[in-house]
Parts: sequence; C-alpha cells; structure tokens
Amino acid sequence: MIELNVAINNKYYPNSQQAVLAQLDFSVKPGEFVAIIGPSGCGKSTLLNMISGLEDCSGQHISYNERASQKYGANDSGVNNQSHQLGYIFQQPRLMPWLTVKENIELVLSPSQYHKIDGLLAQVGLDNKGGYFPSQLSGGMQRRVSIARAFAINPQLLLLDEPFNSLDAPTAARLRQLLLDLCIQRGTTVVFVTHDLSEAIYLADRIIFMSHSPSTIVHQAIVDLPKPRKESGVAELKWQAQLLVKYPHLLAGRID
Amino acid sequence: MILPKHLVSFLLVRVGIVVALSALWQSMAWLIASPDFPSLYSVIKSVQFHFNEGDMVNNILITLRRVLLSFIIAMLLGGIIGIMMGVNSLFNKLTDSLLIIMLNIPALVTILLCYIWFGLVEAAAIAAVAINKIPTVVVMIREGTRTVDKDLLAVAKIYKLSATKTFFSVFLPQLYPFIIAAARSGLSLIWKIVLVVELLGRSDGVGFALNTLFQFFDIAGILAYTFAFVMIILLIEILFFKPFDKLVARGACGD
Repeated sequence: MIELNVAINNKYYPNSQQAVLAQLDFSVKPGEFVAIIGPSGCGKSTLLNMISGLEDCSGQHISYNERASQKYGANDSGVNNQSHQLGYIFQQPRLMPWLTVKENIELVLSPSQYHKIDGLLAQVGLDNKGGYFPSQLSGGMQRRVSIARAFAINPQLLLLDEPFNSLDAPTAARLRQLLLDLCIQRGTTVVFVTHDLSEAIYLADRIIFMSHSPSTIVHQAIVDLPKPRKESGVAELKWQAQLLVKYPHLLAGRID
Repeated sequence: MILPKHLVSFLLVRVGIVVALSALWQSMAWLIASPDFPSLYSVIKSVQFHFNEGDMVNNILITLRRVLLSFIIAMLLGGIIGIMMGVNSLFNKLTDSLLIIMLNIPALVTILLCYIWFGLVEAAAIAAVAINKIPTVVVMIREGTRTVDKDLLAVAKIYKLSATKTFFSVFLPQLYPFIIAAARSGLSLIWKIVLVVELLGRSDGVGFALNTLFQFFDIAGILAYTFAFVMIILLIEILFFKPFDKLVARGACGD
C-alpha cells in the first residue's frame, strides 16, 4: 500500500500568468479512498495529471511513501517516480481501437503476466469478450475494460477522473460497485475526481472540496457512514443534506 | 457449385467493366482503322511477342527492381523525416522551407542534375527517383503525426510502456492510414518517374524499351509494355496493399 503526499504552491499553465492551482496541501493514507470535488475548471484533472506525472510539476512537491515509511525525495520534475504501480482511469476509456480487449490489457503487462487477463476479465464481467475490439463494445463495457487494464498492473495508487461520466445511471451504479469491490479486495489507495457529491459519499472515506481557480482546499469531510453504503440511501442522503445545510455553496467552491 | 451472392455481383461488375472497355477499344480500333490506334487484339499479340521473343521479362524485372529500391528508400527516409517534423516543432520550422522547395522542383530537373553530378549510373537513377518522392511522403507522414492522439500516448506514459512498445503499439498504428496513402500514391508516382529516368539515362528497363519502340513508331509495342507493367502493379496492389488495408481497418466500426 502507498501513501500520497501533495504540496502544490501556485501551479501555472505554460504561457499563462494566472495560477490554476494556488495552494493545495493534503495527504492520502494507505488504502484510503479520497474523492475530490470542485467546480468546473478548478483544476481537478490538472491535479490528477500532476500526481501521475503527465503534467509538469517543477517547483511542486508530490511524493509517495510506501507503507514501510520509506521516504523519497522528489526528483527534478517534482514527482517521485519510484517503482510504485500507478493506475489511471480517465474520463474516456482511452483504449487502443486497433487492439482487442485482451490485447489492450496485454499492452500494459509483461508476457509472464498474461495469465492474469482471463481472471481479470471475468471479474469485470467481460469473460468471452477478450477477442472483441473496443468499437464492438458498449460505453459501459469499454469502461470495464479500462478498469480491468488499470487493475491488471495491481496499482498501489489509483487515480480516477470522472470515469462514470455520461453513462446511464444503472451502468454507472454497477461500475461503482465493481470499482469499490476491486479497491477493497486489493487495498488500493485511491484519488477519485468527481463533480457528483452522492457518488463521492457512496465511494469515499474522505471528500476534499476545492474552490474556483486558482484553487485551494475549502473543506475536507470524513464520510463517517458505515460500509457497505447505498446509492441514495436514507443515511447517505441525510449526510449530504446536513453537509449542504452547513455549507450551502460548497459545491460552488465556497464555504461562506 | 453455387457462388455466394456478393461474389457473383462483384465478379459481374469487375469482369463486366473489363469486358465492356475491351469491346469499346476493339470497336473503336475497327472504326478508326489506323495504325496509330492498334486494336486490343494486336496489343495482346504484341505482348505475346515481346514476352516470348523479346526481352520484356528482363526489362520489367529491371524496372521493378528500380521501382522497389526507390520506393523503399523514399518510404523509409520520408517516414523518418515526416515523423521528426511532426513531433518536433523546431525541426519542422528549420526544414519546412526546404520541404516546400523540394516539393516544387520538377522531377526532370532532379533527374538531370543527378545524372550530371553522379554520372549515368544505377545509383544516380535510383537516387533521382527517391529524391522526387521523399517530399510527398514527408508531407503525408508529417500530417499523420500531427493527428496522433496525445491521450493514447498519455496512457502509454502512465503504464510505463517501453519506448519500443509505445512506438510500435501506440504511435505507429495511428499512422497506418497515412503510411498506406503515401505508399499507394508513392508507387504510382515512382514507376512513372522510373520510366523517365530510364528513358534519359539507362540502357535497359521498360523506359529504355519504350524509347526504342517509339523510334520505330511501334504503338502496339508501347501499349503492350504499358499493359504488362500496369498488370504487375495491380498484382502488387492485390498482394501487398490489400492485406495492409485489412491491418489499417483493424478494430474500425463494423470490423
């Protein structure tokens, strides 16, 4: 398991004078499921891209500590790229259209690990679909392939960027449950970006609320509801209502 | 044996067109009745003659060798330069003007300069053809490289794919449609330029043979060589490009 520490101070886009992220300082404990909620354009995806190393992190500090409390210093890019396994499930499944389902998963594995694929496909309910191309699958099935691909490498840290966006409600609910089962089973540390508060309450141990850009953390809430939770269950809706009564503008990135 | 319906309609259309065009040619030749417009029959007889008596096979093989060598050189160099220009904006800025110049230099000028500078040798002939084709390959591959999906490359980076795996499994497949377009247009252009190169400075090959036939006003012979060579190019299309087409279409909707 892995712990994530993030300390970002004024992140600018190239050729821009306006910071997209102002001050973000948070940690994610090993095995913890953290959801990040913020208004559109507040830099949630940028934050994930910085954590994953896709975005330049010069001058920032993002580090991963193994459970054994092994500490690393950040490298020149600001990201500590030790041998941890990082999985990323994007808004779009981002499968290679010219590869079959099985080949898409093989792509991220070494040949000695190919034996895992059939079991993994069965776990996400895609047994017998290994020979299909992504274009032959529904949107929900494609997301399941991207989940299988991410879990194929047995990630210690999993980043998700609104992965169930634009799916119909029953499919999204099934995929949330699938994700939760896999994360619990493997003890994966998760950072999950969403704009859907009820989704965050259903999945997360803790929710971080971000402000408008240049973003800061405006609030953090520990979801102290027992698991397993229900989608739109009474307790979950009550918890959500209490939070929004206390902070009516929280989803707009304000706590005034 | 009953053939599938789609195969029957395919054969009817393809064979029907060929038969109709042949009939049109033959009737026109009968109507015009001029030695400048030989009939299909006399062209086929001429193919048979040059094939059996002359050195058509030898000339075609020599020309094919030149076509294939120039084609491979042009595709390889053009592909590499095109990818570099598409990926690296500084390299693109530095070489863009040169590319435009190269695109617009007439093929004949390149051929003449190659013969003058390197002599009337085989290497000069192949270099002249390749130099003519490289700029168009570069343009096509550069445009293809610019359309490569950065999101898919991000997947490769996240999952720490090796540079080789990223190139061959993520980057290159996105270029296949552009590579095949460059190859198709390349082959058709290259064999036409090869004939000019042979006509101007070689003593063998289809271009040289056509020049000889032209001096004897042997129009049936000229058409016979054209006919034979086009047939070989069609064969290359069926044997090499069609399978590659299937590779390009892999995973596309309806596959």
